Amino acid sequence: MKYGNVKKSARLIIMLFAVMCMMLLSACGGGEEQAEEGTGSITIKGSDTMVHLVSSWAEQFMNANAEIEVSVTGGGSGTGIAALLNGTTDICAASREIKPKEMELADQKGIEPVEYTVALDGIAVCVHPENPISELSLEQLKKIYTGAYTNWSQVDGPDQPILVLSRESSSGTYVFFQEHVLEKEDYTDQARLMPATSSIIQSASEDKWAIGYVGLGYAEEATNKIKVIGVKETAESDAIFPSVETVLDQTYSIARPLHLYTNGEASGITLEFINYCKSPEGQKIVKETGYVPVS
Amino acid sequence: MKSKAWKEKAAKIVFSSASSTAILIVLLIFLFLFKEAIPFIKDPGISKLFGTSWRPVSFQEESFGIVPLLTGSFLVTILATIVAVPFGVIGAVYISEVSSKYEREFLKPFIELLAGIPSVVIGFFGLVVLAPFIKAVFGLQSGLTALTGALLLALMAIPTIISISEDAINSVPKTYKEASFAVGASKLQTIWKVTVPASISGITAAVMLGMGRVIGETMAVLMVTGNAAITTLSPFESVRTMTATIAAEMGEVPFGSDHYRALFWVGIALLIITFGLNMIAQKVFSRYGGRQ
Repeated sequence: MKYGNVKKSARLIIMLFAVMCMMLLSACGGGEEQAEEGTGSITIKGSDTMVHLVSSWAEQFMNANAEIEVSVTGGGSGTGIAALLNGTTDICAASREIKPKEMELADQKGIEPVEYTVALDGIAVCVHPENPISELSLEQLKKIYTGAYTNWSQVDGPDQPILVLSRESSSGTYVFFQEHVLEKEDYTDQARLMPATSSIIQSASEDKWAIGYVGLGYAEEATNKIKVIGVKETAESDAIFPSVETVLDQTYSIARPLHLYTNGEASGITLEFINYCKSPEGQKIVKETGYVPVS
Repeated sequence: MKSKAWKEKAAKIVFSSASSTAILIVLLIFLFLFKEAIPFIKDPGISKLFGTSWRPVSFQEESFGIVPLLTGSFLVTILATIVAVPFGVIGAVYISEVSSKYEREFLKPFIELLAGIPSVVIGFFGLVVLAPFIKAVFGLQSGLTALTGALLLALMAIPTIISISEDAINSVPKTYKEASFAVGASKLQTIWKVTVPASISGITAAVMLGMGRVIGETMAVLMVTGNAAITTLSPFESVRTMTATIAAEMGEVPFGSDHYRALFWVGIALLIITFGLNMIAQKVFSRYGGRQ
């Protein structure tokens, strides 16, 4: 009886081991599989900002198409583009456009990147509802976030210290804001780094002299708690408030399109996936994850 | 006879290996931390760690000085200890010396319940309730301060301090108290002049373990301290603790980068500190245990 048990468990272990080996083997082979209509696998690599969005798409897409495997990895837009040029990914997700230099490299390698704009990303700047300030220029925002301005009176507001709220440095929004508004300078040390967008909204709704930035999708849902301010490209230009329209027509300054790139025109299941992303269903996910739909 | 001896031996091996697993795991963790952290010494250089600014993501120059993180953790821990010790020790004295049996049966489950509340729930409570309260009371610009974090951590350390202090107080020999009463001391005098001093090493150990819990706590401080990496000793400033830094940044850090390795150094610093606190607690505790 006892002996039998031992044998049984040994067999179980061997079986488990065999299963693991098989899984490993299939995992190794997965990348090589050729895409057929309706079956196969897609790899997507690129922007960390888009990872959440793209994995949500992939999840829903796989739910609808059980035969197709979509694997998503981040690493940054640069990493994604490099992978596309090296032919190690089917789709590259990028929150910036391909640079001329990368295009040259693609030419040399005989790769022809085709761009699909699948979503837009706009960042709204928000303050406490009782703050009299309702617009700031990019220059003023930069000075506030780099710590050159520390009092609202420096931007024609009341004599109150500015409480600067930012996302954590791991956030793609942090980097985008740094690149775009701070012109690659460092944030002030006094900036409170909040672990989530919801904490920024919570704090901006509580702390009267706070300023923060959040994704447009989140800002639109929280307009009863915070005040979204207009952004002026230069000191003289008109203040533009972030909205789907102003992001789409590119009048709003702190915005960018999010792209998917493929090598040559997409076909087969890759095209299916991209069409899914652009479909009303896919664009609903765009909205849910806090970005701006393209259509 | 022979088979019995063999069985004994087998049993011993099983039992000793089970009990030494913990040691093995601790060693492996240490090894792993160092393995990931070591290359930092060579490439940006270990001196980078002693800088006073923590700015791991930058287009200008990345800096990985852990001084603000150390002072942040230190400030929050000290404040939390100052708040938690009176509550913890007086609470323990009350439960073991003054309260009736009925009260004790009512109080103890609640204290244990407090220990069981997930820290993210405490953090959420802090963010929504305590932070606005602190802001209003002290007239601050923002409620996300070191003090807010410290109060939450005190809440988490109190159960630890109470349970262990109570054990220590309970194990003071009855004869001590009887002798005190015999020379005419009142109950209060006996408690503060005899019982508490006699169990002081146990109480110290309790405080040390409470501090260990506080310094290692992550979620609550991440949510309420504002996480600005400023070197400060003011309780009304925002601080960034070591634990919060690791938790917030590890998820997105590029694998194998300088930033990644710097985070491992933060982990090593944290491990050494908690290890030290535990060692002191053990030493103090064993001295007190030895007298029994």
